Amino acid sequence: MYGFDYHRPGSVADAASALGGADDGKYLAGGQTLLATMKQRLASPSDLVDLGGIADLKGITVSGGSVSIGATTTHAEVAASADVQGAIPALAAMAGDIGDRQVRNAGTIGGSLANNDPAADYPAAILALGATITTNKRQIAADDFIVGMFETALEEDEIITSVSFPAPTSAAYMKFKQPASRFALVGVFVAKTAGGVRVAVTGATSVAHRGPKLEAALNENFSASAVDGVQIPVDHMNVDIHAGAEYRANLVKVMAKRAVEACG
Amino acid sequence: MTETGIGAAVRRTEDQRFLTGNGNYTDDINVFGQTYAAFVRSPHAHAKINGINSTAAAAADGVVAILTGEELAADGVGPLICGWNIAGKNGVEAHNSPVHHALAMGKVNYVGDHVALVVAETQAQADSAAEMVEVDYEELPAVIGTGKALNHATTIHEEAPGNMCYDWEIGDASATDAAFANAAHTTTIEIVNNRVIPNAMEPRACLAQFNKGTGDWTLHVTSQNPHVHRLVMSAFNGVAPEHKLRVIAPDVGGGFGSKIFIYAEEVVCTWATRKVGRPIKWTAKRSESFLCDAHGRDHVSKAELALDADGKFLGLRVNTKANLGSYLSTFASAVPTYMYATLLAGTYTTPAIYCDVQGVFTNTAPVDAYRGAGRPEATYLLERVVETAAREMNIDPADLRRRNYIQPDAFPYQTPVVHQYDIGDYGASLDKACDMADVGGFAARRADSESRGKRRGLGYSSYIEACGIAPSAAVGALGGGVGLWESADIRFNATGSVTVMTGTHNHGQGHETAFAQVISEKLGVPIENIEIVEGDTDKGPFGMGTYGSRSIAVGGSAIVKAADKIVEKGKKIAAHCLEAAEDDIEFAGGNFTVAGTDKVMNIAEVAFTAYVPHNYPEGVEPGLHEQAFYDPLNFSFPAGVHICEVEIDPTTGETEIVNYTAVDDFGTIINPMIVEGQVHGGIGQGVGQAMLEGANYDENGQLVTGSYMDYTMPRADNLPNFNVGTTSTPSPLNPLGVKGAGEAGAIASPPAVINAITDACGGAMIDMPATQEKVWQACQAAE
Repeated sequence: MYGFDYHRPGSVADAASALGGADDGKYLAGGQTLLATMKQRLASPSDLVDLGGIADLKGITVSGGSVSIGATTTHAEVAASADVQGAIPALAAMAGDIGDRQVRNAGTIGGSLANNDPAADYPAAILALGATITTNKRQIAADDFIVGMFETALEEDEIITSVSFPAPTSAAYMKFKQPASRFALVGVFVAKTAGGVRVAVTGATSVAHRGPKLEAALNENFSASAVDGVQIPVDHMNVDIHAGAEYRANLVKVMAKRAVEACG
Repeated sequence: MTETGIGAAVRRTEDQRFLTGNGNYTDDINVFGQTYAAFVRSPHAHAKINGINSTAAAAADGVVAILTGEELAADGVGPLICGWNIAGKNGVEAHNSPVHHALAMGKVNYVGDHVALVVAETQAQADSAAEMVEVDYEELPAVIGTGKALNHATTIHEEAPGNMCYDWEIGDASATDAAFANAAHTTTIEIVNNRVIPNAMEPRACLAQFNKGTGDWTLHVTSQNPHVHRLVMSAFNGVAPEHKLRVIAPDVGGGFGSKIFIYAEEVVCTWATRKVGRPIKWTAKRSESFLCDAHGRDHVSKAELALDADGKFLGLRVNTKANLGSYLSTFASAVPTYMYATLLAGTYTTPAIYCDVQGVFTNTAPVDAYRGAGRPEATYLLERVVETAAREMNIDPADLRRRNYIQPDAFPYQTPVVHQYDIGDYGASLDKACDMADVGGFAARRADSESRGKRRGLGYSSYIEACGIAPSAAVGALGGGVGLWESADIRFNATGSVTVMTGTHNHGQGHETAFAQVISEKLGVPIENIEIVEGDTDKGPFGMGTYGSRSIAVGGSAIVKAADKIVEKGKKIAAHCLEAAEDDIEFAGGNFTVAGTDKVMNIAEVAFTAYVPHNYPEGVEPGLHEQAFYDPLNFSFPAGVHICEVEIDPTTGETEIVNYTAVDDFGTIINPMIVEGQVHGGIGQGVGQAMLEGANYDENGQLVTGSYMDYTMPRADNLPNFNVGTTSTPSPLNPLGVKGAGEAGAIASPPAVINAITDACGGAMIDMPATQEKVWQACQAAE
């Protein structure tokens, strides 16, 4: 790890100005990707602006059929929240199966979304559940938030403050884990919502994405057998030592079926 | 059996300090004036070095010194060595042995190869300065792929034309050819034994110090064999005279073979500490462990088995290409030859065997002994070809093995490939394993799985291994450069407690407990009064270390020999004190008794008398302190049968081990709890190799699986509850009847797992690691 200046502001405004004053600063949330990258000397920010001291960014509230989660709420807190378990059990279960215990006690929803790892779980959750991301500047719909691999609609100094999830009729997330890292080799989030079925896929391609063909088939007939008829395109699938394109495409289908079955 | 003697499940005394964070590992040790080392490592698999410019790095904050191979050579430090010469086919007397500089001299041969040493006041300063050293590399094409190295367009070492280290053979080629000519059936397989990375929990580390006052060096190092480290570093590397170099291997967190070897880092740091006048600490980062610890396995083989119409094995013919990596590690040459092909008879009466092995160089990390070292490769190949033959001939795989077993009355049994097995009852292990695994109920369980859309398979592995390495004369005759005896030193203290020093090394095996049990049994001393001391060349007698499941068979035998001497001397003292003839003194349970009387003297009293010899036999030396060296008469041959049962989801290839049964014959067992733990760990490691682990280099020689993000270690949820049992035919060739148990699980389990998976997938060939993707593909093909 290289040296850096550390800031721990008490408000979102102070955080933004601390980053604005830095040469090449980064916001630090749970640090589960950033710190590991810095330890390997693959990242060398001049300043770290720690968001952990900002009380406004923490906490979970439920109102009007939607769950709002503060950006620095940890995965463990989401998983253990009776409110989340009650309103969107699939989201609580998903958070409870991220990484390992240490990761879940440090990693945050805001950090995960801002990083937008192509194999992370939360990007699939916001897409499938039609979440809204609130920042210090604006509100962003999930479909607009996810842009590309490690790329989001966030501006350089923009801070996620909370994420709001409308509760679906039912939802389920099925993750097939990469055996070594236990990130999603393929993860499929299926949600029955007031506006129809939404399906999101993570791990399979360069970025989490909706599955329009799966959605169309499931809007027609919400059953595992409906998934069988869908052709999953192999040409954009990730190919690495853990899985080739055909295997990943197959897993999209199998995980989608399992998720549909779990939705009941 | 006493509560703490042989056969008792005594809790491991060393675990108290390990589990409470009070272990004392090399990196825990810090000394005044200590500096920190970072190695500049090659980012290329194969390159010429046209120059090294360390001017800017030398001026960086905190830098104490930057040293290169030229300075190492100028000080007369010798290259790293390989201690086992392999003579080849056609009278070739020596293998090709390229010079292995501890720091590169004009060329690097694998990613991670050592280019320069940076010494600085802090670790961060050393790491930063190492990044600033400018190395002018001229890249060369990389030789990658075990099967592609021979006669590759690129030659790595001019001393090894065609990238060949040796072309070696064993067995009788013409007898084997004749067996095939008469065969009713021949089974042929092509098989890969995947390369694995050891991943000991504690990374390698060293702390080198030079005392200007005495001219002594002290090296703390993560070693399985500190005396061997000292011997090699003095005799061959010449960094310090043997009597001036103290090597201490304190608590060591696992080795699996990877800490046997004498690596560049400790040689360079021991040389450099005197040069810079400061102690130097080096601790591997995990990514350095991946790149630079000696890897294991990595064979590509073809095996042919000739059978008669009844399934009796007539002959076995094997060709193996063994990847030795970029240079020969300390014992690398012996692993794919004498540690491997001598086990190809397995537990069977195969009368004719021929195997030839080409050891090849590639631009990858050196490959050397890894838990089992050659025996897992032999067992995997043999048990895969046997299982395949059973399927091809439609013979029950257990029955085929039974038809070919060496029978209990056939021992000692001379195999066609060097070894003479001492004792065994393989059928007993097979019967017990089949019973414990409920093989009879398998068909019903398979039907149940199929009714749920799953596939189910059952696989056997009937293994044998050669442990207790080894009779020194035999080692010498086969090209080994060392003797493989062991030593023990038993020192009674005047108050009756005992300090036992031995040349083996405990890095997870439980020696502090098991050896104390042997002493407690033999000398009747309470176990809490016994201290086992290992790992310090200034304390214990010269010993050869721990590997090859040798500690109890060889080291334990040395302890018994020394204990016998203690009893012998104690009888003289007791006879004098009890006013009896020496021949009338009996010793049992810690008491010297005059036969047929109640006159008794406890060994603690005898010890006190020996140190306060006021009333003492004439001509007997004071003190109760005996030493013994034990050179084994033969290897020992643990054997057994493992049965694995898997259930597979054909839609994803997810493979669950639903039942795993291990029945092992380890002869006498000192501590059944420790042995069961060894079996569990070994199976875990073998399941890792079979299903999860695989070192993967890309065509440019970059290690793709260089972290835990991509290299899959087995975890608890990959493993079932193990169903463990034993049979016992005590070895007649050592005083305890022991055989060794440290490696059996890792040797036996890979073929059991793969035989089960392939059974579930309709007999398809699947190479290790049988990843979910490969299993899914096999299921697709089978449907």
